[in-house]
Amino acid sequence: MAQVIAPPARVIPTRFELSSADGDLLVLTHIYTATLVLGVGALFGMLQGFSRANWIVMPSWFDYYRMLTAHGVLMALVFTTFFITGLITYVTYHSIKRERSVRIGWIGYIVMLVGTTMATIEILAGNATVLYTFYAPLKADPLFYIGTTLLVVGTWFVAYDILENVVWFKRNNPGVLSPLPSFLGAATMTMWVIATIGVATEMIFMLIPWSLGWVPGVDVSLSRMLFWYFGHPLVYFWIMGAYIIWYTILPATFKGSLFSDALTRLAFILLLVLSTPVGLHHQYLEPGISAGWKLLHTTLTYGVVIPSFMTAFALFATFEIAARKAGVRGFWNIVRWLPWKNPAFAGPACAMLLFIPGGFGGIVNNSYSMDVLVHNTMWIVGHFHITVGGPVALTFIGASYQLVPALTGRKLFAPRLALIQVYTWFVGMVIMSTAMHWAGLLGAPRRVSDVTYFGAQGAASWHPYMIAAGIGGTLIAISVLLFVIVATGTFVANRRENPVQYGELTFAVPEPGAAQTPRALDQLGRWAVISLVLAVLAYAGPVTQQLTAHAYPAVGMRTW
Amino acid sequence: MPIHLHRAERLWLILGGAMLAIFFAVIVTAAVVEGFDPPSHVQSIDPAKVAQTPPFDHPGLRQIGAHEYEVYYIARIFAFEPKKITVPVGSKVTFYVTSADVEHGFSIPQTGVNTMVTPGWVSTVSHTFKTAGTLLLICNEYCGASHQLMAATVEVR
Repeated sequence: MAQVIAPPARVIPTRFELSSADGDLLVLTHIYTATLVLGVGALFGMLQGFSRANWIVMPSWFDYYRMLTAHGVLMALVFTTFFITGLITYVTYHSIKRERSVRIGWIGYIVMLVGTTMATIEILAGNATVLYTFYAPLKADPLFYIGTTLLVVGTWFVAYDILENVVWFKRNNPGVLSPLPSFLGAATMTMWVIATIGVATEMIFMLIPWSLGWVPGVDVSLSRMLFWYFGHPLVYFWIMGAYIIWYTILPATFKGSLFSDALTRLAFILLLVLSTPVGLHHQYLEPGISAGWKLLHTTLTYGVVIPSFMTAFALFATFEIAARKAGVRGFWNIVRWLPWKNPAFAGPACAMLLFIPGGFGGIVNNSYSMDVLVHNTMWIVGHFHITVGGPVALTFIGASYQLVPALTGRKLFAPRLALIQVYTWFVGMVIMSTAMHWAGLLGAPRRVSDVTYFGAQGAASWHPYMIAAGIGGTLIAISVLLFVIVATGTFVANRRENPVQYGELTFAVPEPGAAQTPRALDQLGRWAVISLVLAVLAYAGPVTQQLTAHAYPAVGMRTW
Repeated sequence: MPIHLHRAERLWLILGGAMLAIFFAVIVTAAVVEGFDPPSHVQSIDPAKVAQTPPFDHPGLRQIGAHEYEVYYIARIFAFEPKKITVPVGSKVTFYVTSADVEHGFSIPQTGVNTMVTPGWVSTVSHTFKTAGTLLLICNEYCGASHQLMAATVEVR
């Protein structure tokens, strides 16, 4: 029987107090760290938009590429990771009720924070202008690599903590399915651990010893392959975080239920199994990797689309079932009935709308030979802003409008401002991402401070799109500012929530009488082994090709 | 596995799966029948000795047939060598590019010419230039402080 435990409503504390024992303070610390990082990252993003629109020129003491590195690392690696590890800690702790120590969770957080601080200082000081992909032979200071590695190592503590909780539950509840939110969290962290093996290997055995001068050179191609072994599942780590919210937390905003326990688990198992063996689709245009291996990864990448199709169906079914229960019928009536004035709903719901073009763009990007038309163009930048910058970040923001009041017992500060925040983000992202996609189709390159190319004829068509992207980016930055105001205000204003609402955040459960979930869909260990085997099969060939090729170890250089 | 699947969902997944299968069939057909593969040349070269290694010791354009050319480029921060080539309209040009230092990109926007340039490897891509014009050739992978200046010209006339 599907066993989904909702957190029981708790007694309202008389003063603002969080019990560190149940981990709420830990979760809240994760969320506010992510908020701070998002604020800083958005400022850099806006200035990038200004630079590319030729409205400003960044000064030499804080140049465009240094800022671009900071934006990429803070947004793609730091903001997302802190929020997701906090979210998964929350859903696990609140769906598995037990006496627990949160020490491992705190150690994980502190290791992540120390690593992030080290890497950020190096970037801001200009010692690591290598972008968030840190491609060798560009050689940053060792502390950048060590800091980034610590960020990853910190997440392993979190993964251990989550898995320990699920194992504890299963040991103490034989024959009972693990609670769905904890299962989804555990599947996500398992996928993450398998994926991070790649980047950790690259860092610990290649880039760190090389940057410290212990080894004379590094195999550039192998380091790139290890990075992209991690780089694509990184994307799915973000998406799985958003899916956890869509499946388990969001339905509470419209009294919806879980569409299907079994299909939700199946979607996450497919994501666990198929996220990793697909990384070569980021390396389609690279020499030294045979075309056959690339085509193999094309095939598997199509497979990883299926769980997203399943998710789309489940979510729209959730909307419709809830609306019908409330006596609402007809497409537009259902659309109107949904709580668009609640920022905790509007955020994730707008995120889903953005994911429709975002997801289909991803299928386009996987088109093997056609990748030559878009590779390293603004199209790709448009794509990942309408995926991670849209569905993922906006879902996280919307969820925090639900999570922070639930965790602290405080009223959301200025909910109308929060609502304006959501729609400003949505409009800004549509404008910016559309402009980027079009510029990309016209060939405008990404990762460059200025696209005018001294007035060259071939570059003439790009500039108007850069201005549109700059306008969209400004709207998003305003939106982030509003979010920071709401998040800070909620904390500072300290207005007590109505006791009835406190702790009301409940996880979605299936309708009564729902079909039973097959046991195979609760056996995470087995699926983790399959995931590893598939990753080995997909990478054995290409890695062997790299290892047996005549490699010329690169000494490395600082070209900034 | 006894998972209950709603009829509408089964239809939705079949349609979605069929769409992916069609996309995949198109790509594989193009690759196998027409030879449309992304640049995947496997030929290594010592990046420290690029300037001494033939044919990159004499970078530039060579005519190899009535309407066929080869051109050898060295990419190094922050310029391409040669800076400019000129070919007649209708020429089929095969580009060979390698890096003497860091990772670079090699792209002629709005043509099919686009490849990564990884130190230690030779990248190659062919294109037939059908219309006259002054084309911009750019590095489209970040390579350092003056990356935005790394460009060359392909003159088709």
